[in-house]
Amino acid sequence: MKRKAYYVRKIKRAAHLLFYRRHKKPGVKGWELKRRLGSDYPKVLGIMDSYLEKLDLQIKTVFEEEKPTEKPTLEQLDKARFYVTLRGGLTPKETKFCGWRIDDIAGLAISISYIISKKGKAPREEVEDLLRNKLPGWRVDINMNRYIRSGYLAEDENRQLYLDWRTRAEVDQKALVDLLLGIEG
Amino acid sequence: MSSKRQRKKLGGEHLQRVIDLCKSVEERGLDPFIVDVDDIIAVVREYFPEWELPEEFCLDAEAIHRLASVIKLQSDWVKHRSTSLYTDPFLLEEKIRRLGKEELARLFLKVWHPIVELEQISPHSLNEAIKYWQSLLPLSERWLKTAFSKMETGTVTPEELIKQRILAETAFSEELETFWEELKRKVGKEGKIRYWDFVGADEYSETLRRAYMTSFLVTYGYATLEVHRLEEEIFIKPYEKPISFLGKKQLISIPISISVEEWRKWKEGKGD
Repeated sequence: MKRKAYYVRKIKRAAHLLFYRRHKKPGVKGWELKRRLGSDYPKVLGIMDSYLEKLDLQIKTVFEEEKPTEKPTLEQLDKARFYVTLRGGLTPKETKFCGWRIDDIAGLAISISYIISKKGKAPREEVEDLLRNKLPGWRVDINMNRYIRSGYLAEDENRQLYLDWRTRAEVDQKALVDLLLGIEG
Repeated sequence: MSSKRQRKKLGGEHLQRVIDLCKSVEERGLDPFIVDVDDIIAVVREYFPEWELPEEFCLDAEAIHRLASVIKLQSDWVKHRSTSLYTDPFLLEEKIRRLGKEELARLFLKVWHPIVELEQISPHSLNEAIKYWQSLLPLSERWLKTAFSKMETGTVTPEELIKQRILAETAFSEELETFWEELKRKVGKEGKIRYWDFVGADEYSETLRRAYMTSFLVTYGYATLEVHRLEEEIFIKPYEKPISFLGKKQLISIPISISVEEWRKWKEGKGD
């Protein structure tokens, strides 16, 4: 019973840390969770994740480097960033409530998959040209700036686009490419 | 003699072309394999014996540096091809071009899991905000125009400036060195001392002064901070000789709160 109460208390604290934004970007670093929850924070997050499953939510871990193929080490976890994300997907109707039009989502999908195909870096001009095929010209620049502002894409001084922190946290890149390639025709 | 000068000129132009080519590959995201590394190394090797002046060696070094960046891009390319994320860009581009907006959006929604976060004000922060608002003076009072009065010009002596705390009695560097010596004396055999045990003084104003001086000890490389995050303890460790970190490693800032509450807590703890 004591043990159960211990984890309930820790899960509550973890929920406060993960749901409320405390920094410029959402999410919490592993070392921060360790400081606030103790060294068994991966276990606390594991229990919390199974609670969240019932609500179609999940705890997403984004590693600093590429995702480790084997069980991550404590050091890798401490450096990683943890977020609460939707476990399943949104329906097109639901996206409207979040302020995303179908054009915006299609544009984001095109930009992300094109950058992935170009090894994670592509000139902004090329991506914009691709978007202009399907979106009115005046929307392209507005949308591109929105993707950058929200943290999906980043742009450097040479107008090269990269995938930014939000794409790494929210988009299953491999599944996206597989789905696109799996389309017939 | 003139043929040597001509050869140098030609070599310089060659290297500049190499630098420009590597730069454009790097900056414009071109295919790194358009650069023939063996060819470029042969060119660099061919002209190397000609170089005598520092600027010629600099050009040579820059060419090698740029070439190394291109080799890194080539290695990244090979690595990427061996990962599961590799796809033929043309094939993917073709698919993207063919798909309709609706279908693309539908596909994306299957792999998109947006971050969930809450934005809500808590009763505590609301209470703090009300307190702040109540204590805030109206703009008309805060922006009161300063009234000017005519004053006669005069002179001031250094003693008067010291009294008004505009001038320090000793030079700052001298004061810092004395402070450093004090730290070295206080750390004892352990080589470190708790931050608060060093900066803490009977008066709060003196504590602030000591914290201010300590920040300079750390910034100027006279001492370093050892932060134990779990125990929430900070130690200060003096160096035997000042160390310059400029250009050697990235400096980080460690904010430490020196509030009256923290000072009182330390004083009470000291009395126990």
